[in-house]
Amino acid sequence: MAEALRQPVFDTEATLIGVFGVVLEAFPEGALWWDHERLLVVADLHLEKGSAFARRGQLLPPYDTAETLARLSELVARLDPRVVVTLGDSFHDDDGALRMAPRDRLMLAGLQVRRDWIWIAGNHDPDPPAELAGERLDSLTVGPLTFRHEPRPQPAEGEVAGHLHPCARVIGRGRSVRRPCFAGDGYRLVMPAFGAYTGGLDVLDRAFAGLFAADTFRAFMLGDDRVYPVGRRALGRG
Amino acid sequence: MTTAAEISEPALLPAPFADWFARRGWTPRPHQLELLAKARAGRSTLLIAPTGAGKTLAGFLPSLVALQERPKRAPLGGRSIHTLYVSPLKALAVDIARNLEAPVAEIGLTVRLETRTGDTSVHKRQRQKLNPPDILMTTPEQVALLTSALDAARFFADLDTVVLDELHALVTNKRGDLLSLDLARLRSLAPKLKTIGLSATVADPDELRAWLVGRGTGLADLVTVAGGAKPEIAILESEERVPWAGHSARYALADVYGAIAAHRMALVFVNTRSQAELIFQELWRNNRDGLPIALHHGSLDTTQRRKVEAAMVSGRLRAVVCTSTLDLGIDWGDVDLVVHVGAPKGASRLAQRIGRANHRLDEPSEALLVPANRFEVMECRAALDANYLGAQDTPPIRPGALDVLAQHVLGMACAAPFDADALYREVVSAYPYRDLDRPTFNRVVEFVATGGYALKTYERFARIRQGKDGLWRITHPRVAQQYRLNVGTIIESPLLTVRVAKNRGHGFAGRGGRVLGKIEEYFIETLAPGDTFLFAGVILSFEGIHENEVIATRTKDDTPKIPLYAGGKFPLSTYLAAGVRAMLADEEKWNTLPGQVSDWLRIQKRRSVLPRTDQLLVETFPRGARYYMVAYPFEGRLAHQSLGMLLTRRLERAKLRPTGFVATDYSLAVWGLGNLGHAFARDKPSLAELFDQDMLGDDLEAWMAESYLLKRMFRNCALISGLVEKRHPGKEKTGRQVTISADLVYDVLRKHEPDHILMRATWADAATGLLDIARLGDMLARIRGRIIHQRLDRISPLAVPVMLEIGKEPVARGDADDHVLREAADDLVKEAMGDG
Repeated sequence: MAEALRQPVFDTEATLIGVFGVVLEAFPEGALWWDHERLLVVADLHLEKGSAFARRGQLLPPYDTAETLARLSELVARLDPRVVVTLGDSFHDDDGALRMAPRDRLMLAGLQVRRDWIWIAGNHDPDPPAELAGERLDSLTVGPLTFRHEPRPQPAEGEVAGHLHPCARVIGRGRSVRRPCFAGDGYRLVMPAFGAYTGGLDVLDRAFAGLFAADTFRAFMLGDDRVYPVGRRALGRG
Repeated sequence: MTTAAEISEPALLPAPFADWFARRGWTPRPHQLELLAKARAGRSTLLIAPTGAGKTLAGFLPSLVALQERPKRAPLGGRSIHTLYVSPLKALAVDIARNLEAPVAEIGLTVRLETRTGDTSVHKRQRQKLNPPDILMTTPEQVALLTSALDAARFFADLDTVVLDELHALVTNKRGDLLSLDLARLRSLAPKLKTIGLSATVADPDELRAWLVGRGTGLADLVTVAGGAKPEIAILESEERVPWAGHSARYALADVYGAIAAHRMALVFVNTRSQAELIFQELWRNNRDGLPIALHHGSLDTTQRRKVEAAMVSGRLRAVVCTSTLDLGIDWGDVDLVVHVGAPKGASRLAQRIGRANHRLDEPSEALLVPANRFEVMECRAALDANYLGAQDTPPIRPGALDVLAQHVLGMACAAPFDADALYREVVSAYPYRDLDRPTFNRVVEFVATGGYALKTYERFARIRQGKDGLWRITHPRVAQQYRLNVGTIIESPLLTVRVAKNRGHGFAGRGGRVLGKIEEYFIETLAPGDTFLFAGVILSFEGIHENEVIATRTKDDTPKIPLYAGGKFPLSTYLAAGVRAMLADEEKWNTLPGQVSDWLRIQKRRSVLPRTDQLLVETFPRGARYYMVAYPFEGRLAHQSLGMLLTRRLERAKLRPTGFVATDYSLAVWGLGNLGHAFARDKPSLAELFDQDMLGDDLEAWMAESYLLKRMFRNCALISGLVEKRHPGKEKTGRQVTISADLVYDVLRKHEPDHILMRATWADAATGLLDIARLGDMLARIRGRIIHQRLDRISPLAVPVMLEIGKEPVARGDADDHVLREAADDLVKEAMGDG
């Protein structure tokens, strides 16, 4: 199903998410679009996670970087952003960029042409690779919004973050459906992980405790061709 | 085959043994002596004998005699183990060891026998390595660990005999594949090795005989012990109405209770865990006399199970409700009645279970079959006929799995550097791998080395590498460490521990409270807090999940939400299916069925038609706002589900707008908005087209590729082959984490390298296992040109059972996931609008 989910569907419907007064568009691919700024945000690409595992003896298929970049390139082609922000953990580890296959490196370079590219530092890649094009920042503030990797524990108005890989589960028709999601309460938004080998953490996990106002919290779950906002009461623990 | 008369007993049996038999007042049984003679001649042998025939002693007698006759003084450098005993169950290995200790002591042998299982302490394992016992009793996983150890050659140098218990149960799955490969290795290490297979009756003994010896060395000899007294089997005839559908057999439980009360000790077999829970609860509801009735199934906590087992052996129980965990040959005490609730699904399984009663050959076992619905009445009847005929329907041995081979190849590299040619020869000497071609073997070796991907980027991360001497060896000791932690082929579905919290309403901190056992994660995922369910014989209220534990509280509720009951766990065997079809077609046989059932068939005959044994009946009729088709292939639920998936795809293409289907062991109902009967009558499409064998081509491929079933199979293959780890040294991955990553890996691999060796392994598993494609293919071939269409204006009697299943199980359709999301989002709208 995740396959269908990620397919380049050109008629995917954006769902509007408000963050501190700014209306953003969430796509079922797991990306965020700020139309006014023509700014595209993706979080937690974890490029070269496959080779990082291979180094430790688990020889996962070496196609995750190509797959993640292909998904990203669909979005870039469709939206033609002025700025692309990758919200940290873009590489699974600091050597990740060095292990990239030449083909994948070329593909990434192609995506970066004619637009600003901002690597936000993450805990997996505190020093985004110097040999790649793009600007390296700890966080980026545009208007009322601040983009950073790890959400801050204190109330943070206008924060857009990644790091936690949120996913949510709903139960119905005798089955449970678990999907990656955006998690937000109107003040803060935590984005789903975009990488091909990234798993998820349930939004009801204690790692999310205190991040959101309970009454306005929504999980924006990634469906096949649109994003579904789901309230706290409909979520099941999993 | 030699007969007992030709064997001169005194020459065979040394004096201490003959004296021991005499002291006990026993005579050696002919097959025990026969096995001894075979062993003396250096022959491998398959012993087929019913339970209670002294199979175990027969299997060990040759080793005990040989050990008694060998020089007392060990040669310099010590001895390796003499006899390896392998059983599918840990408990069985321990049990047999215990049973053997008495004769060893009484005969006065100086034989050291020890067990080695996953529970054996590290200390004891090390001691066993340094100072091997004469007889080692163990499981297939331990054999894999022993053959992959650095000192394997020394440990097995003088190995004389391998005794394989319950061989029929060992060989039909991946554990059997792994064991066959290890056996091939043992034959290389100890070329004179003999094997002794102990088995219940099987359909094709020659397969097991070939399995026991290396390829090119013919077959193992065969010794067969005729069955003992014929079992007395009855089908329960209840005054109550036999239900049309369902599996609970609730209607008959008062009668079952009566039967229990009239016997000393009864085993009540059921097919699934949830059924065991339900029956147990219902029996206690009927338990006027407060009889000690216990529950035993694989999900219960080990200490709970051991308590029940101990109570059984000491005769403190009157009945135990149990699942297949009690199938295998452990001696559980004085059972004088076996009750089988639900249809047995296979004649061999029934025979095996009935064998649990009266562990003495000369007394007939007593058994009671309790059909849960009307089709099961026929199935029980067919099983009963089969048992009297001695018919067997054990499945054939399938080609060896490639994921298992990958695990083995790595294991062999851990033991010692290997030459690929030599290892290939060894592998194809194992029966399941006899047809493995060399290019496939090479791909498996490549997979083990670098993942075997077309994109060769992992050379520097290779786990094994070919040296200048041409030998493959592991690149780092860590590889061997990882291998040892991941050995084995048993992949359990993710399980969560169930803990009963002491007091409710105080949150669930996860501290305190009794652990009841383990439950499948997929079931718990469908529960919301406050839902009640039946587990370990009590009704629990679900409170939440805390880490890997389900926190529950006791409840006074007496109507639990029962775990989704998905029919029999085992598919109806081909043999029994043929029996049921024959019964339907032959009106004279109806007289052997209870009146309610034969009346049902008579009305069916009047209102519609009953198919001949070679025909497929398809009925169509309108009902409510929908149009239904019901087909009766009798090929088991798995094959029917696969058929349902494929038929709905085809009906969709024919614009007949199918909206769902449901499958049972006997029939399949598909419904939709288009007038199916009308369309078939005008050949748009014709039923022949609809059921054409070509559905197993593109349609199957398209459906399987997106099926979650394939993901689940891939996950197993990924774990067994070592692509994804079961455990890391030091920290154990939880089942749920493995699920996530294996699914993601599947998506990526399918897209970028769909013909990868592991995808091949996955497809092979799916086709033979979960989807029963082979059986579906046979059925489609069988019914070609023999489909009869009955257009009816209303539901037929035969269709009632499957129609009653509608709505009981979730309809597995691809787009249903998004429906669930949409509904959850709609709820949000309602909530926002104030009426939620």
